[in-house]
Amino acid sequence: MSESLAALIVISAIVGVGGFVGLYAGTRHKMDMEQWIVAGRGFGVIFVWLLMAGEVYTTFTFLGASGWAYSRGGPVFYILAYQPLIYVVSFYVLPQMWEAGKRFRLQTQADFFRVRYGSKSLEAFVALVGVVFLIPYLQLQVTGLGLIVEVASFGGIRRTPAMVISFAIVAAFVFTSGVRGAAWVSVLKDFLLLFAALFVGFAIPYHYFGGIGPMFTALIRAKPQHLVMPGATNNLGHAWFVSTVIMTALAFFMWPQYVGACFTARSGDTIRRNAVIMPLYSITMPLMFVVGFTALLVVPGLADSNLALLTIVRKTFPPWFLGIIGGAGALTAMVPAAVQLLTASTLFIKNFCSPIFAPSMTDIQVARAARATVLGIAALALGFAIYSDTTLVALLLLGYAGVVQLFPGVVFGLYSRRVTAGGIFAAMAAGIAVVAFLVLTKRDPFMGFNAGFLGLCVNLVIVAVARLLTSARPTVFDEPAQAQSA
Amino acid sequence: MKRPSLGAILFGLIPFAAICLPVSVWDRIDPRVFGLPFNFFWLISWLVLTPLCMWGAYHIIETGRRPSPLRQNKEFVP
Repeated sequence: MSESLAALIVISAIVGVGGFVGLYAGTRHKMDMEQWIVAGRGFGVIFVWLLMAGEVYTTFTFLGASGWAYSRGGPVFYILAYQPLIYVVSFYVLPQMWEAGKRFRLQTQADFFRVRYGSKSLEAFVALVGVVFLIPYLQLQVTGLGLIVEVASFGGIRRTPAMVISFAIVAAFVFTSGVRGAAWVSVLKDFLLLFAALFVGFAIPYHYFGGIGPMFTALIRAKPQHLVMPGATNNLGHAWFVSTVIMTALAFFMWPQYVGACFTARSGDTIRRNAVIMPLYSITMPLMFVVGFTALLVVPGLADSNLALLTIVRKTFPPWFLGIIGGAGALTAMVPAAVQLLTASTLFIKNFCSPIFAPSMTDIQVARAARATVLGIAALALGFAIYSDTTLVALLLLGYAGVVQLFPGVVFGLYSRRVTAGGIFAAMAAGIAVVAFLVLTKRDPFMGFNAGFLGLCVNLVIVAVARLLTSARPTVFDEPAQAQSA
Repeated sequence: MKRPSLGAILFGLIPFAAICLPVSVWDRIDPRVFGLPFNFFWLISWLVLTPLCMWGAYHIIETGRRPSPLRQNKEFVP
């Protein structure tokens, strides 16, 4: 019991400090919609970096990366491969998106579709796609958090109370502080996670094998095929790898919450510089793989591979250290969940409900309704996490394959004068239909290729045909800037 | 909106090409580098090399935006 008590105190302290920082962050600002969702567009390089790093490293990274290394082997390298490439894509898309955001006061991705294509139906459709795919992502954070806290407290805190308490904290600081709360909690989370990953990644292989090199030598001797693709799977080969890496790299910054993070920046150049340096931060990711590979040798045969990291940490270190990992893990769920919650609520009220059901809503009413919706969506995700089973990883993969279908609408919307609302809508709907069919009928990967990638190919073909049928016409971005400044 | 120049885009294609095209060549265990399997080492090294490529792209975009030697610190207006 004293073991569990030590870990429990450390976890509670970390989560408590995180919650306090989050609540405090918003107190010095008057929380209108601009402050709440895009922090008044005032973040410099460091804060944008912390917020993006805070959002990108979710519980899936924390538990999933080591878990895939443990259970699947070689295919886990896709996670490492797409990390630098998402920032390459962001370099060419987000600064322009930020400029559009600044000029037209955009707060969400769906706002972009409304302004660029002049269509409220397209806006509502994009908002709905975002919300539908964000809820399973949110549910994944809740479930991962419950798992981390339960294992890290030696069963001292059960899964359900852990999920309820920490999500009440998240909902509270999102409600009061908006994106500022998430950014400030990120400061704590990023430092803890960096420390935890560096320490665990070097110490665990050193403890059992005398270093990372000797650990790999032992693994190669024991399982020579585990470290190359398809590893321990039978269908995750090179075609799957390439199609998944390209699909994920293009999909990543189509998630509506990352578009929102881009709008918090002070300038487009902040975003561009951030895109240059971000890949360096992924250097902790390989260490998560190393822990997963070591766990395969030291604690083989786990039923749930998501527990590989926590199990080996629990076996190796004293309870208070497990508490630090548990606390860092809990914050790793809470920060992305906060921004997902914020984005889903705003999309739902501002871009879906308001244009369809209540076009006369004022900005103040929209802000008030969006903040109230935070509590509703948090309760919904919590309910799914408590009462449903574990099909959510499948839902998340469907989510990536789904949001990548927004890519042509965003990129051609920014750079081309030959795309219209109708063409983009048809292409997007066809892409999502292909993905939903392949994933829901368990045909992913299809003939070795990732379903989202195939959906995107269909999507792009339709966009190309639509472009041929459309003559170039001026877009809102061609209008002189001063006409829009009011 | 103004598209990035061809040179800036080419820099960004380097990491994509290096990771996606020769996958059947680099997805191997030997030669081990610093004790790491070769595929693991290759992907880790692109975490460092990608910022270098993107620094090149950034440089091109920066110089393209500078109209005169006296650089004015104004926001870029599309």
